[in-house]
Amino acid sequence: MADIKVAAYICKGCGLGERLDTDALVKIAQKDGKVPLAKSHDFLCNADGVAMIKNDIANEGVTHIMIGACSRRAKTEAFFFPENAVARANLREGVIWIRPDTEDARETTQDMAEDYIRMGCAEVKAMTAPGGNTNTGTSKTLLVVGGGVTGMTTAIEASKTGYSVVLVEKSGELGGWAGKLYKRTPVHEPFKSPADTGVADLASQVMGDSNIKVYLNATIAKTDGAPGRFVVDIATESGATHTEDIGAIVQATGFTLYDMNKLPELGGGKSPNVVDQAGLEALAKAAAAGDGVIRRPSDNQPVKSVVFVQCAGQRDPSGTHLAYCSGFCCNASIKQAMYFKDANPSVDTTIIYTDLRTPGNGEDFYRSAQEKGVIFTKGKVAEVVPNGATSTVKFHDLILDDKDAAVADVDLVVLATGQVANSGINIDALTKPQVEGQEGESSAEGTVEVKPISILNLTYRQGPDVPQLKQGFTDSHFICFPYETRRTGIYTAGPVRRPMDIAQAREDATGAALKAIQALENAELGRAAHPRSGDLSFPKVRLEGCTQCKRCTVECPFGAIDEDEKRFPVFNESRCRRCGTCMGACPVRVISFENYSVNTVGAQIKAVDIPDEFSEKPRILILACENDAYPALDMAGMSRNEYSAFVRIIPIRCLGSVNTIWITDALNAGYDGVMLMGCKSGDEYQCHFVKGSELGRVRMSKIDDTLKTLNLESERVRDLEVAITDIERVPDMINKYAAELVAVGPSPFKGF
Amino acid sequence: MSANTAMAEKYRNNFLKEIEEQVEMGDWVKMCMQCGVCSGSCPTNFQSAWEHPPQELFMMIRAGKREEVLTTTSMWNCTSCYNCIVRCPRKLPITHIMHGIAEYAHRLGMAPKMQPTRFFSGLFWKNCTHTGRVNELKLSMGLYFKDGFGAGIKEGMKMKDVALGLLKAKRLNPFELLGGHKCKDQKGIQAMLKKAYEIERSRKAAKMAG
Repeated sequence: MADIKVAAYICKGCGLGERLDTDALVKIAQKDGKVPLAKSHDFLCNADGVAMIKNDIANEGVTHIMIGACSRRAKTEAFFFPENAVARANLREGVIWIRPDTEDARETTQDMAEDYIRMGCAEVKAMTAPGGNTNTGTSKTLLVVGGGVTGMTTAIEASKTGYSVVLVEKSGELGGWAGKLYKRTPVHEPFKSPADTGVADLASQVMGDSNIKVYLNATIAKTDGAPGRFVVDIATESGATHTEDIGAIVQATGFTLYDMNKLPELGGGKSPNVVDQAGLEALAKAAAAGDGVIRRPSDNQPVKSVVFVQCAGQRDPSGTHLAYCSGFCCNASIKQAMYFKDANPSVDTTIIYTDLRTPGNGEDFYRSAQEKGVIFTKGKVAEVVPNGATSTVKFHDLILDDKDAAVADVDLVVLATGQVANSGINIDALTKPQVEGQEGESSAEGTVEVKPISILNLTYRQGPDVPQLKQGFTDSHFICFPYETRRTGIYTAGPVRRPMDIAQAREDATGAALKAIQALENAELGRAAHPRSGDLSFPKVRLEGCTQCKRCTVECPFGAIDEDEKRFPVFNESRCRRCGTCMGACPVRVISFENYSVNTVGAQIKAVDIPDEFSEKPRILILACENDAYPALDMAGMSRNEYSAFVRIIPIRCLGSVNTIWITDALNAGYDGVMLMGCKSGDEYQCHFVKGSELGRVRMSKIDDTLKTLNLESERVRDLEVAITDIERVPDMINKYAAELVAVGPSPFKGF
Repeated sequence: MSANTAMAEKYRNNFLKEIEEQVEMGDWVKMCMQCGVCSGSCPTNFQSAWEHPPQELFMMIRAGKREEVLTTTSMWNCTSCYNCIVRCPRKLPITHIMHGIAEYAHRLGMAPKMQPTRFFSGLFWKNCTHTGRVNELKLSMGLYFKDGFGAGIKEGMKMKDVALGLLKAKRLNPFELLGGHKCKDQKGIQAMLKKAYEIERSRKAAKMAG
């Protein structure tokens, strides 16, 4: 870059002035950092300090700013210069707060600060201020896929906020699963009796809202584009296709009840008098339309005795049926038992459960059912034996440990089967063999495997639907970032995301609507969505250097990169979350961000002063994930948990963005060891980019070859899982590693 | 009735209804949620005195195990410490229910005859209503000879030193054996108790008749 002017500012506040020789730091910035303008200030983040920087930008032509003060995670509002490239040298949390204030430690502490100044100056020179993505769309319309409670709530909530909505429903009417219910579990005081579903009210609100355009009997034929500029083809029953410009998508495709025909031992499919919960709702609706008496399907006799079998085909450790608890079914069975008891208290109603789980205010509802005389029996149902019009339910009574317990002459058996997500095609199964018998669908006998149909029909390179997280549910993390899928601008809500009831689904719908609105607004401004919200940088590729290896298009955890007909990567900036996994994957290093690239980190690695092998000052490079490990290190500083002065820490966007060249460069430059700190990967992952740390680790597992070619010990590179809570563990790990390296001895590459 | 239908019949809530209607506080039984805090809190349970802890008894009632519930010694072991009542998250008056079931079993003549608590209760009642005063010597001797003459002598010899000590401290009067002390209006007390017994009997008979 031709006309850049770098300025370095060293803060003397927060004890930096007392603990460090700041005049020496200014000189380092000038001499080693080769910065034309270097200053120190007594209190850089106050109005006077910030005004000084702003004045230099305005009058001295400063374009690039290096601030040597606190962590880049602190004082972000004061040091906010959106027009400029900014690097931060972490002298407070990263140096003086993690070092003892003793005369002995003074020299190594100063060494550390000087290196961070060198690194900051080198980094900022390799950066440019991000200009923002220009390839944006301006559509502010929300697409809601699914017209159940979740879909309708999403549409209404988005409309209330002033956004137009297109709602696509596969069937001929709104309401979904809740529309088939007779009543729902109560959500208002005193939580004692089943309540009206409220579906009719929701549907009329949707139909009466001029902001909401409803397509019934319609499916999504094609979804193309990116957040802010999706182009969606909607196929209707008549054969006509409508094209809509969409900003963001909420997928609320709900669930299907687990097929009770897969449970022949529980009488599923063997007798008309064994029904699932949907079957009972239909009977109750029919009864309500008639004389209010629920009748046996086989011969229309009034039901005098009914048994509810909880966890039917659920919580199955054998892998044959659903492995999970669907969470809604205990309350649903309590509600259904009340259908009988409220109409006629002399009907025998027994709920056989293993653990009664009643979320929400279900405990009051449960108590009310006990008061109404519903019998709750803790047991595991072994078999339902239909015998003419009645059945016998055999079970293991878990309280009395009676293996031969049974209820005979049962008119109706209701199986509480669980929720199976309507999540479309499992795109992971397209590329690799299916793991852990998804829903056990393939192993169930006597059923025909239904090939799932794609819901969104995305034109993405990585498959037509959103990736699934666990057991077919689409999400990216149930706790930390709900609704987020691994497709930017596409959110899932309701039981397609995780098993839930109506109350939870409505809450979910509201959350997803707000997330989707956030996404389309960010997309228009060319900014990133969660977790780098507001980031204006995006990957740039030097196509002339590209070898079409497709690693970036395969690895991108968010499906942001497509391929053109010559198999060159096509970046869809609005779909990108800025994790940098593509940059770490690229073997020819042609992918970079304006403020984060192979160079910005590489320059920092090279800027560190490596003392010779006789100085007894080893150097350890730490590449720390900015989401978890770096905050943990900062917090270690805040708690004054000391760690070795020989480490030099560089924050990285994700372990997935680590390019192996950094490690090779560091070892070649004479570093004694490299520590990689990333989030937990695998099934219980904590990576903010879902697959980033996993992909990074796969790449790093091959680092041993590099070490061998350099003739170095394998101890010189250490990969660590660090969580944000590891405030005490991280300093400990650093100190242990530093001690280990002393035993290994200094790097043979020093001084070259 | 065949064994199979009898087994199936026990899961109809007839016995639960019987308990609800006949046993004092019996209508609480259906509210148990099987958490087991009562059993965990029972100080006697740790000496395996209870064949069936309270929550299991409640489950047996719901499962219609009539014979087993009414003939068990379990509820007779309750010491009325009230730990379970204090701790029950569903606020069941468990102690009272235990006494209620015991009383009902006794009323039906199904309670185990020689269960010490039941035996002592009867002995105490007879002892104190006879003269209107408790005759401690007769009461304790009655309990010693519960299991026959030989066992009574043996038990008495075991307690010999205690008895001599009490005698020395003038806390035990051997002449109590010859009738003992009485209240002023012995006949009045007995008439009063007779009346009360009549009232209770007719009330319970009416309840049992339905």
